[in-house]
Amino acid sequence: MAVTTSARVMNNVEAVRETLHDALVRDERVLVMGEDVGARGNVFLITKGFLEEFGPSRIIDTPLAEASIVGVAIGMAMEGLRPIAEIQFADFIYPAFNQIVGEAAKTRYRSNGDYTCPLVIRTPYGGGVRGALSHSVSIEALFYHVPGLKILAPSTPADIKGLLNAAIEDPDPVLFLEHKKTYRSVKGDVPDGYYTIPIGAADVKKAGTQLTVVSYGYNAHQALDAANRLDGENLSVEVIDLRSIRPMDRATILESLRKTRKLLIVHEDNKFGGIGAEISAMVVEEAFFDLDAPIRRLCGPDVPAMGYAHALEDEFMISTDRMAQAMRDLIAF
Amino acid sequence: MATTITMPQLGETVTEGTVAQWLKNVGDSVEKYETFVEVSTDKVSAEVPSPVSGTILEIIAKEGETVPTGAPIAVIQEIGGAEVAAPATHVPAAPTAPARPQADHGARAGSNGASVNAPDVLRRVSPAVRRLAREHRVELAGVRGTGAGGRITANDVIAAAAHGPASGVAAAIVAERPAPLAPASRTRPPTAPVPGELLPLTQARKIIAQRMVESKHTAPHAWTMVEVDVTNLWAWRQREKERFARDRGAPLTLLPFFVRAVVESLHAFPLMNARFTDDGILVHKDVHVGIAVALDSNLMVPVIRDADSLSIAGIALAAARLIERARIGKLSADDLAGGTFTVNNTGANGSVLSAPILNGGQAGIVTMEAVVKRPVVVDGDAIAVRSIMNVCLSLDHRVVDGAVASAFLVDLKKRLQAMGPSGSL
Repeated sequence: MAVTTSARVMNNVEAVRETLHDALVRDERVLVMGEDVGARGNVFLITKGFLEEFGPSRIIDTPLAEASIVGVAIGMAMEGLRPIAEIQFADFIYPAFNQIVGEAAKTRYRSNGDYTCPLVIRTPYGGGVRGALSHSVSIEALFYHVPGLKILAPSTPADIKGLLNAAIEDPDPVLFLEHKKTYRSVKGDVPDGYYTIPIGAADVKKAGTQLTVVSYGYNAHQALDAANRLDGENLSVEVIDLRSIRPMDRATILESLRKTRKLLIVHEDNKFGGIGAEISAMVVEEAFFDLDAPIRRLCGPDVPAMGYAHALEDEFMISTDRMAQAMRDLIAF
Repeated sequence: MATTITMPQLGETVTEGTVAQWLKNVGDSVEKYETFVEVSTDKVSAEVPSPVSGTILEIIAKEGETVPTGAPIAVIQEIGGAEVAAPATHVPAAPTAPARPQADHGARAGSNGASVNAPDVLRRVSPAVRRLAREHRVELAGVRGTGAGGRITANDVIAAAAHGPASGVAAAIVAERPAPLAPASRTRPPTAPVPGELLPLTQARKIIAQRMVESKHTAPHAWTMVEVDVTNLWAWRQREKERFARDRGAPLTLLPFFVRAVVESLHAFPLMNARFTDDGILVHKDVHVGIAVALDSNLMVPVIRDADSLSIAGIALAAARLIERARIGKLSADDLAGGTFTVNNTGANGSVLSAPILNGGQAGIVTMEAVVKRPVVVDGDAIAVRSIMNVCLSLDHRVVDGAVASAFLVDLKKRLQAMGPSGSL
């Protein structure tokens, strides 16, 4: 990480935008491609003005064909470019599943190291923005089973900048997840200048002694709010933001757990087979004799999609109140 | 090759077993299928056959030691496999110490605070607590839990360990003991032992003691009784018993008639076929009737499963099988599990009145007292000699009140009095 002396406040959209912009300026191999990233400037205006500044050979509006977006980007990456492909909403990534899982993730292995696939796939994910069935999904669990694929889900502007830079630098494919609900609701200091954050390093957002909470994305902010609220009740909660889903920072989780002996995992993605299942299994395998309570998971319900009705969406999303209560219960156990 | 022998699972509900007796010592040879150890669990004892032929290399669980099902109890060096599978210097893959629960001699808090925690809470010990207790040599029975439901937390163990051996808990208990009144006038100090013979507790005695105390302390017992005229029932049974014994090979006692009437009454009063739980009253769908069987030094309550689906004859045969198995010590743990109501034939010992202790968390237990001939007033204010049996009921007052219990008992009485020679077995 480069040493920086100054910082500016920005939100998550601005952090993505500035990082992409700087990468395009810094490295002429970098290009951005996806649906509406050119003339429209991306549906969240992340790439607004990029087409004018960098031209149509580096800012490429694609057809509505996700398999092609990723497939073309894989070819570009294998031949020396640094494509940043955008899937407009994570809900649309399914047609590209074969390209991501069957091709990109296996490129290095299949070519015995002769080829790598330095591809970044960015996509907004998650609910809480009244996006209903087709604009709310969490996809991390669909991909985290796949060796050869890195998955990042940073939650703050500074982490987004450092990890997006690391993803662009990485020689292998990286799925870069941006939680829509944090796009404009989360603001924070972003250090000036170029820097990276190591992929695979979690961040302890708040230190505590009685309970470890592991989360990521929008939930990490809520968990932090809940933990701060519990300070007022003399309850001490440690909050870990995973930032990197795969590779996962086992050491940080285990170190925290060995201190607090209790673990709550929070994620918006469905519970069954989710990221929390892997964390639970890992902790039980590695630190069984440090556990003083059953591991608890607070997750999205196992229903096919987020409903359009507000009541259904509210039920799906995990409220900060529910998190605080789960923390109290586990500390009291 | 070394084979590790583990504590067998002696029933679906069994989680641990006690090594009752080693029939072989270290160095003894053992044949495949030869019994080499006796284990007891719950109230059942079983002989364990060796899965291999070989030599006993190590005895891990000592006699009297209780270990979880699946925990290693011994290692047998298999014949013929040694040279091939393991070099002579190879230490057999005996399980390491942590798998072996050990009595913590020199444990800190000691037995002074043993009454602090009910066994229920102790059963829910987290892995961290177990490890910390072992590391700090803390006896969990003496630790006061501050977690949910009185659970002992890891911090509780650490606090107890910090307390040290001469803990405040022990001191407080000593201080609470009332000082003897006018000790100077006594010829013998109050602490001097009264002479007598101390009988060691058998495994069965320990379990009976624990269960009885638990039941009496947990369930508020209430008691009620009815007199039942079993003259007709007695006559019916007298008429059928020889033929039944000849045809079916089992004695026809009063018990199956009684159990049949009980299950019918339980159907009429399902609240009696229930148990109290913290979440609510659990009314059982199935009727599994336990029958108390007294043995020389033990009391067992094998269970007639789905007793409500059996005829009187069916109950007689099921009971005969269970009683026979109890007498030869071959009851399985599953034979003893799952009862929802209990019948106790106290009359077999000549009793005419008894106040039974509830069994296994059940809402009720009834006794069949001895049938005695008594002069009673019958219809038309005449006095007649009738066969009378007292039937006593103890009930868990948390589950039912006296009105329901009495109605159940009166219903049972009617059914018994309606039984006569015109009935069908």
